[in-house]
Amino acid sequence: MAFSLRISRLISRSFSSTSLLSRGGSGYLGSGHCKYSTAAATEEEPIKPSVQVEHTQLLIDGKFVDAASGKTFPTLDPRTGEVIANVAEGKSEDVDRAVAAARKAFDHGPWPKMTAYERQRILLRIADLVEKHNDEIAALETWDNGKPYEQSSKIEIPMLVRLIRYYAGWADKIHGLTVPADGPYHVQTLHEPIGVAGQIIPWNFPLLMFGWKVGPALACGNTIVIKTAEQTPLSALYVAQLFHEAGLPPGVLNVVSGFGPTAGAALASHMEVDKLAFTGSTDTGKVVLELAAKSNLKPVTLELGGKSPFIVCEDADVDQAVELAHFALFFNQGQCCCAGSRTFVHESVYDEFVEKAKARALKRVVGDPFKGGIEQGPQIDSEQFEKILRYIRSGVENGATLETGGDRLGNKGFYIQPTVFSNVKDGMPIAKEEIFGPVQTILKFKDLGEVVQRANNSRYGLAAGIFTQNIDTANSLTRALRVGTVWTNCFDTFDAAIPFGGYKMSGQGREKGEYSLKNYLQVKAVVTSLKNPAWL
Amino acid sequence: MATRRFSCLLSRSLSASLLHSLGKNSSKWGNVNRFSTAAAVDELVTPQVPITYTKHMINGQFVDAASGKTFPTYDPRTGEVIAQIAEGDAEDINRAVSAARKAFDEGPWPKMTAYERCKIILRFADLVEKHSDEIAALETWNSGKTYEQCANSELPLFVRLFHYYAGWADKIHGLTVPADGNYHVETLHEPIGVAGQIIPWNFPLIMFAWKVGPALATGNTVILKTAEQTPLTALYVAKLFHEAGLPPGVLNIVSGYGPTAGAALASHMDVDKLAFTGSTETGKIVLELAAKSNLKPVTLELGGKSPFIVCEDADVDQAVELAHFALFFNQGQCCCAGSRTFVHERIYDEFLEKSKARALKRVVGDPFKKGVEQGPQIDVEQFQKVLRYIKSGIESNATLECGGDRIGSKGFFVQPTVFSNVQDDMLIAKDEIFGPVQSILKFKDIEEVIRRSNATRYGLAAGVFTKNVHTANTLMRALRVGTVWINCFDVFDAAIPFGGYKMSGIGREKGIYSLNNYLQVKAVVSPLKNPAWL
Repeated sequence: MAFSLRISRLISRSFSSTSLLSRGGSGYLGSGHCKYSTAAATEEEPIKPSVQVEHTQLLIDGKFVDAASGKTFPTLDPRTGEVIANVAEGKSEDVDRAVAAARKAFDHGPWPKMTAYERQRILLRIADLVEKHNDEIAALETWDNGKPYEQSSKIEIPMLVRLIRYYAGWADKIHGLTVPADGPYHVQTLHEPIGVAGQIIPWNFPLLMFGWKVGPALACGNTIVIKTAEQTPLSALYVAQLFHEAGLPPGVLNVVSGFGPTAGAALASHMEVDKLAFTGSTDTGKVVLELAAKSNLKPVTLELGGKSPFIVCEDADVDQAVELAHFALFFNQGQCCCAGSRTFVHESVYDEFVEKAKARALKRVVGDPFKGGIEQGPQIDSEQFEKILRYIRSGVENGATLETGGDRLGNKGFYIQPTVFSNVKDGMPIAKEEIFGPVQTILKFKDLGEVVQRANNSRYGLAAGIFTQNIDTANSLTRALRVGTVWTNCFDTFDAAIPFGGYKMSGQGREKGEYSLKNYLQVKAVVTSLKNPAWL
Repeated sequence: MATRRFSCLLSRSLSASLLHSLGKNSSKWGNVNRFSTAAAVDELVTPQVPITYTKHMINGQFVDAASGKTFPTYDPRTGEVIAQIAEGDAEDINRAVSAARKAFDEGPWPKMTAYERCKIILRFADLVEKHSDEIAALETWNSGKTYEQCANSELPLFVRLFHYYAGWADKIHGLTVPADGNYHVETLHEPIGVAGQIIPWNFPLIMFAWKVGPALATGNTVILKTAEQTPLTALYVAKLFHEAGLPPGVLNIVSGYGPTAGAALASHMDVDKLAFTGSTETGKIVLELAAKSNLKPVTLELGGKSPFIVCEDADVDQAVELAHFALFFNQGQCCCAGSRTFVHERIYDEFLEKSKARALKRVVGDPFKKGVEQGPQIDVEQFQKVLRYIKSGIESNATLECGGDRIGSKGFFVQPTVFSNVQDDMLIAKDEIFGPVQSILKFKDIEEVIRRSNATRYGLAAGVFTKNVHTANTLMRALRVGTVWINCFDVFDAAIPFGGYKMSGIGREKGIYSLNNYLQVKAVVSPLKNPAWL
């Protein structure tokens, strides 16, 4: 219990814990680090991570192997842009090999033919092993991704462990139904594993996305080929090795590192892959779905982009609202698909809110993510870094008011100043498009009807935050917002049991929770004629 | 117990099909012709139903196409025109979507209580039941399926489906969810919005019910595009739906063609959900259009090449009758037709002889006549395609046991056709023929028949005929298909989910599973102060 409470408090930031964190950041803990307004943090030598990069090959059929082509690609440290390691570059031939291994493990292998209890025991052993190696895995994650080590080690790796235990518990609870018939028939449904699952995950939460994808697929008895993001291949390889140490049979989980247009497209188009799950941008999601449609009509789950409203109502306690809105946007360097990236503030509290939001951003502690007390590390890579800076320029050019930030930090790596825009209008690109960086856009509203209409006026529908003490306001907004998750007086609460996914162009299907299981199950109706039934 | 009645008619438990078959052998059907003569198509019964509705139903009104265009709809018995129908294209779809959008966004439909929606759907079912005979006549006239099948099986099933979904309307429950901390977590199961639905011609009204029933029960609004071959009955029942109190804009019907009206619906940026039933090739296009436009979630019910497996312990007479029904039902125009009849080698010769005899006895003729088992195929295109497959079977050296040609010189009647010595790689064993052509294949053991049954891009359904519980249990799990019928076939109760593995589709219709297709899940999370429990 203590464990789950701890990670919940850390990751989901009920208001009280966010304010704790905020005090920590602005207090003495932060004195060794630099606020974003100085670049000192990035001028010091980066801290050397206390972990070795051991696994850089593809993991196929239980073995680490080179790419068929022999090619590799570099994976970079976002603090410096320097190479950490060269990683085997998977292409369509490697995807073919991985699919063949997964196919064999599904069609002949022990995995779906084991009892559900045996699969559960293996998943539980995996969770124990990951927990044991928590700190090394967290260090690898921070090194490759740039997110604060405290976030990796105290929130994300414990959350991965929690997710695996959650899904382990589902393995022996996949029930079909018996069904009332209109005549003398016995009707039942079997919930069967769907087969070989292809999974493509992004770089912003490499291991959490791994957990969201791999957990339900394995619990339901499927086999997997997972393609990691080219920016962050390292932690999945490490963890996959632990899966095998825990007794996962060869071929059940295959990990291919590589790029979207080669390895990803090969997986999405593969005729022997029975299911595809993708997390990433809406534009790539559309391509993935088209490839599935053009090949074998594999069902596709999509978790895509967002432009989630965070609505601060007039009855809000402004200090609390500022802190929560700050967290909703800046968490993980702003690299969250569900980031609260349209901060709608009621006009009666707007001026005070803007002033305090600016002050909070100015206090944000940016620096080497391996240091204690750091709130924000570098962005993932130069492409994202440049894209964010372009959006900031666009905001300035469109006449939004740049309250603070607006530039890079230091001259090395991909650090960006926490940036706040006020006087943002709905038609500006910074209010419409996913920036995926530390750029908060604050918009003013007058009444609830108006903010509902503006909040819904987006092609996205991933999530929303509501900040109010009024139960009628909360209930109205909860139903009216066309989004997959509504957080009321909280944000980014990501328990394993809470389903996550998008309305509209933010995606299809739900991950986590009971709902996630159906992504990896086929329903088979079985009808048998009955002779002399005692009841119908 | 109307439900009992149609269940035994439509789903053919073995005893019902045997009875049916016995009936046909008696002198009672002397006035109807077997397939080997063409007399049946000489004198046609005139349907006793007027055609009242030929325009689009948009926003509660019958309206002409924006272009003013019409297209002819035909009587498959003769190929002659029955009526001219308003031809919908993109502009009509736009009008229908904006009506549905308004009815969803501004109400009253999703803002009504679930109980009010339930009552309107129940009133609709009652109205359809009252007009059952006229609607059945219209369905037979436009689709060529037998009137007895329409009146005794399909209309009662249609009514039953709406009673079923009316009962779901007030039982859409979300969940409360245990949290890992001080939070209250719940899920809301919300209507998804405006649903676009595209249905085929083989079961015009049943497909209407599979689509419209769950969409309306869950509070959505609908644009339904019917098949260009069979536009009539949907317009008739849509009128009844409005008489039953359905608000304008909630159910809009557009008649028209796939590449124009269908594509406009699949590509529409204001349509939140798409459901399609039809061929696998078209299903792929529909999904691509959804992917390229607004990523609307898509349910697909597509083609099949379903195995019907007769094991060595089978009672051959019963197996023959059931396999015959599994293939020839509805002129062989079923996506789940048992179109690969795998027979164990020990009983193969006997099975073959009796299947041929049964096919020879099949009563083909004017579908309005009593006792007729098989009417014409839907249209000239399907008719010619079926005849091409028959030629291909002969050319690839399958043995033509009986049939093989058209009947008469008018309309689209095809002889009940049986091929034996069919090999797995012949086109007639791989492709969906969608006609009265039975392909019989021989097998030796269970492992082999599992492998061969699964060696197809399709995975819609399978029939298993055995008395052995172990054989049944083994096959039930090993077959990669969405429905397994054991010692029965085509049992289509409202509560039984239907849908495909592999390239036979995505998602399930009917049953509790069908509701998901029309619901969005919204997670709602709020922090708790001083919770009494977690």
